[in-house]
Parts: sequence; structure tokens; C-alpha cells
Amino acid sequence: MSTQSLFIPFSTIVIKEVSRFTRIWVQTILPPAISMTLYFVIFGGLIGPRIGTMNGFDYIDYIAPGIIMMSIINNSYANVVSSFYGAKFQRHIEEMLVAPIPNFIILAGFVTGGIVRGLMVGAVVTVVALFFTNLQLHSFTITFAVVLMTSIVFSLAGMINAIFANKFDDISIIPTFVLTPLIYLGGVFYSVDLLPEFWQKVSAFNPVLYMVNAFRYGMLGESDISIVHAFIMLIVFTITLLIISLQLLSRGVGIKS
Amino acid sequence: MSALEIKNLNKVYSNKFAALKGIDLNVNQGDFFALLGPNGAGKSTTIGIVCGLVNKTSGTVKVFGHDIDTDNDAAKACIGIVPQELNFSQFETCLRIVLNQGGYYGIKRRIAMERAEKYLGKLGLWERRNECSRNLSGGMKRRLMIARALIHEPKMLILDEPTAGVDVELRRSMWDFLIELNQQGITIVLTTHYLEEAESLCKNIAIIDHGKIVEDTSMKQLLSKLDKETFFFDLVDPINTLPDLNGLKSKLIDPTTVEIEILRKDNINQVFDVFSNNNINVCSMRNKSNRLEELFIDLLSNNIKTD
Repeated sequence: MSTQSLFIPFSTIVIKEVSRFTRIWVQTILPPAISMTLYFVIFGGLIGPRIGTMNGFDYIDYIAPGIIMMSIINNSYANVVSSFYGAKFQRHIEEMLVAPIPNFIILAGFVTGGIVRGLMVGAVVTVVALFFTNLQLHSFTITFAVVLMTSIVFSLAGMINAIFANKFDDISIIPTFVLTPLIYLGGVFYSVDLLPEFWQKVSAFNPVLYMVNAFRYGMLGESDISIVHAFIMLIVFTITLLIISLQLLSRGVGIKS
Repeated sequence: MSALEIKNLNKVYSNKFAALKGIDLNVNQGDFFALLGPNGAGKSTTIGIVCGLVNKTSGTVKVFGHDIDTDNDAAKACIGIVPQELNFSQFETCLRIVLNQGGYYGIKRRIAMERAEKYLGKLGLWERRNECSRNLSGGMKRRLMIARALIHEPKMLILDEPTAGVDVELRRSMWDFLIELNQQGITIVLTTHYLEEAESLCKNIAIIDHGKIVEDTSMKQLLSKLDKETFFFDLVDPINTLPDLNGLKSKLIDPTTVEIEILRKDNINQVFDVFSNNNINVCSMRNKSNRLEELFIDLLSNNIKTD
């Protein structure tokens, strides 16, 4: 297929995805804004002053990047897992399967939908954060690159979850029992240096730790982990999940008999 | 060149169920072809493999000469599929569903819009284009799937039970539309449970049962194999006993209805002679079932015996 004939199906999937989640903005955009406001009020406004500073920053300034990143991770993942599983459940994924669309275009379309929702929710939460703290920006390039790569990683993870899901329970189990613990233990609310040495080593296996710290570096210029190390891990996660997703799609796992 | 060429196609599902056991099938360009079979015979599996929704176990499938293993995109571009089950988003409008399908086939929005207007209009859905698809009636949803299947103007249209659950009037109008498409040169492959539909529309026919093709011929040839027909005779006045009908298999269904099985070699006039001689007046006569249906049942029962 020519580049133009690839762009048309790609843009069709992206427009469909974006219009899907914006049509139900009360379910997709508003809830993270409200829950993140509560995080800022409780952890930043009420508990934060009692904690004092973290690595030389006011507690609310320290947790703000993590809270923004948390909303990006959750929403990128949720968008792809719910949309792709919904397409499987209603069987309209067949509309794409019968058409001459390469698998990487289907994947790129859904992942772009996840990225757009992640960025949109991230922007809303950033605006909310401005009501509670003065956000800093150490490096726009690093900040944007981390946001983009993180939303790609979790959109791909959402896609893999949706491919394997056979019922609606299957798309809530991973976010509840895997994603949420990873986020909460990924240094959103604390510096990993506070942990005993053993748990610091365990935390090194948590991908969210690299994303939160790289994003915090982009905003505050402060990170528990080397920024180069964080980017290498992000690239490794992206490539690994990309290969797995494409393999699953090409074998028709979960979508073809 | 054949529109569809299937050779030694096998499908064994992960639960070890062999849905297709080496089927061969050939559909000519411009044909109106019926693929018939009872539930679970392998019709939908065959169609699923041709359209890319089911992975085959072995065998080859070519669509207008394009092998689905080596030239799948070109093969897919030739096919429009109307599946048995509804498979569009219930939250999208009719127009959006059709336009999106055009987008998946790489059709520019302007051209897709022109075609959407053409096909939704022909199928009586243009007025309801901005309505959410879940609000449509069952018949409208089926017509929406036909419009969607035509958006890329395929060379071959495959319809899996397109008129299931559709009222008689609408079914007739869908038949007219399919005949019009066929006359324009589009090859049509149809599966249906309504054998009257297959008999009225299709030139050639294949019957599949237990994953095997048990008959693959022209409709004319198949119907010529029919060696007996069963008729109902409606009588003007009631009778209590049937006269001897020269040994023909007969049954008095109720006092004014007689069922008689007549072999091709027999002369139907003899029945009227017997009725006249016994002062029995006939007011109407009809086939017990569709001719193709009688053959279909015979073929399937023979297949069960040989299995």
C-alpha cells in the first residue's frame, strides 16, 4: 500500500478513537481531573505541609509531576484496553480485519488514540495542579519525550491486555492488581531513597519508577535515577511491548478463530 | 479467471473440531452462487477464511487470482462481506459506520461520502444517516451492513444469511437489489436458510454438510435430480376416506386436504382422473415444500447415511 493509502485508514482509526472518548468526556476526561484535585488537596494541601520538603522541594511540588504522570499512565492504558476490547466484544473489530489494513496501522491507530487521551488528561491535570502549586519546567524536551514514551508504553500494554481479554473482568483485573500497585510503588509520593536498600533493588524492576523520575527530572531537574538510564528503560519497554503486540496481532490471538 | 477458487481447504479449531474437511469450490466471475448447508455445516467458517476472519489450517484460497496467503491485501480489496451477526458499533451513526469502513479501505472521504449517499440511498437509509445505529430496526441494520460492504465497490459480495429475520416485503426488495448488483457484474456468494431465496436468485449452488461439499452444480441440474414431489390437494367438499390412487403414496391430512407423493415418471393426470371418477372436486393444489428444500433434505439425509 502507498503512504497515502496507509494514512487514510490510520487517520480513520485515530479520528474514531478520539471522537469516541471525547463523546463520553464525562466518563473519560472529567473523573481524572476530580480525583487528581483530591490528591492535590489531601496529599499536597493538608498532609504536605506536615511532611515538609522532599529532596529539597516542597512536598506538593515534589509529588505534582508524579500525579500528572499517574493520570497519563492510567488514561493511556484505559483508553486502548476499553476501546479495543469493546471492538472485540461488539465484533466491529471485524470491520478492520476484513479490510486491507496492515496490523501495524491498526496498532498505531489505537495507540495514537491512547496517546491523545493521555496527553489531554495530562494537560487537564496540569491545569488543575496550577491551582495548588507553581509548576517548574526544567526541560520541555525531556518532559514531552517522557510523556510521549510513557503513553506509548501503556497504550501498548493496554492493547496486549485487550487482546488476551475474554470478558470485561479481564480488562479490570490488570489495572487493579498490577497497574495501581506499580504506580503507587513507583515513587509518585516519595523518593525511592527513603526505602530500605532491599526495596530499592526491588523497585528497580518497576517500570513506572523510571517514568515518574524521568518526568520529575524534566520538570524539577531532580531524579532518583539517572535520566539516561530512565530513557534506556523506556526505549526497552517500548520496543518489547511493540514487538509483542505486533506478534499477537499477526497471529490473530484473541481476534481470529 | 475464477472469482473464488478454494482447494483442499481444512479447518480444525483449537478444540480439535474439524469444521472443514478438504473442501474444493469454484465460483465464476459474475455468478450468483449459493452456499447452503445446515447449522454448523461449515458455511460461516468457509466465509470467515475467505474474508480473513478465521485462520485456515491448510489449503489454498484465491480471490480473483489473489492468493490470501501471499497477496492478502489485493484479495481483501475484492471482497465485500455482509456477516450473519451484527458487527458494527452500536454507538455510531449509520453514516459514520459506512464512512469509517471506506476509510479502512483507503478511500478518500469525498469519494466515500458520494458512495455512502448512493448506497444508503438505494437501501432506504439515507434519511436516517445521522441516527445512532442501535436505534434502527433489525431489517435496517442488515441493510446498513450491505451498504457498508459496498463502500469500496468490491468485485465480489459475500452475504451470510442476509435476510434472516427480515420481513417478506423487505426480503423481496433486498433480492431485487442483489439482482441489480449481480447484473452490474458483481459476483455474489450467498448463504441462506431460505431455500426459496437460493432457488429464486442463484445460478449455481454448493451444499456443504459436516465440513464436506456434498453437491456442487448448477441450480438447473440440481433441480433436475428431483425425482419426486409432494403436493397438497385442497378439496371443495370433505371426504372421510381416500379412494385408491393407483398405488401412489397418499395421506388424508384432514377431510379437505390430501397429501400425495408423485414420482417424476408418474403422470399427475391420473390423480385428477381418480378424483373425477369419485366425484371429488379439487379447488387448489400446491407443493408441500419448496423443490430445492425437498432435494436439500434428501441430500443431507443421504450424507448422514454415508457418514
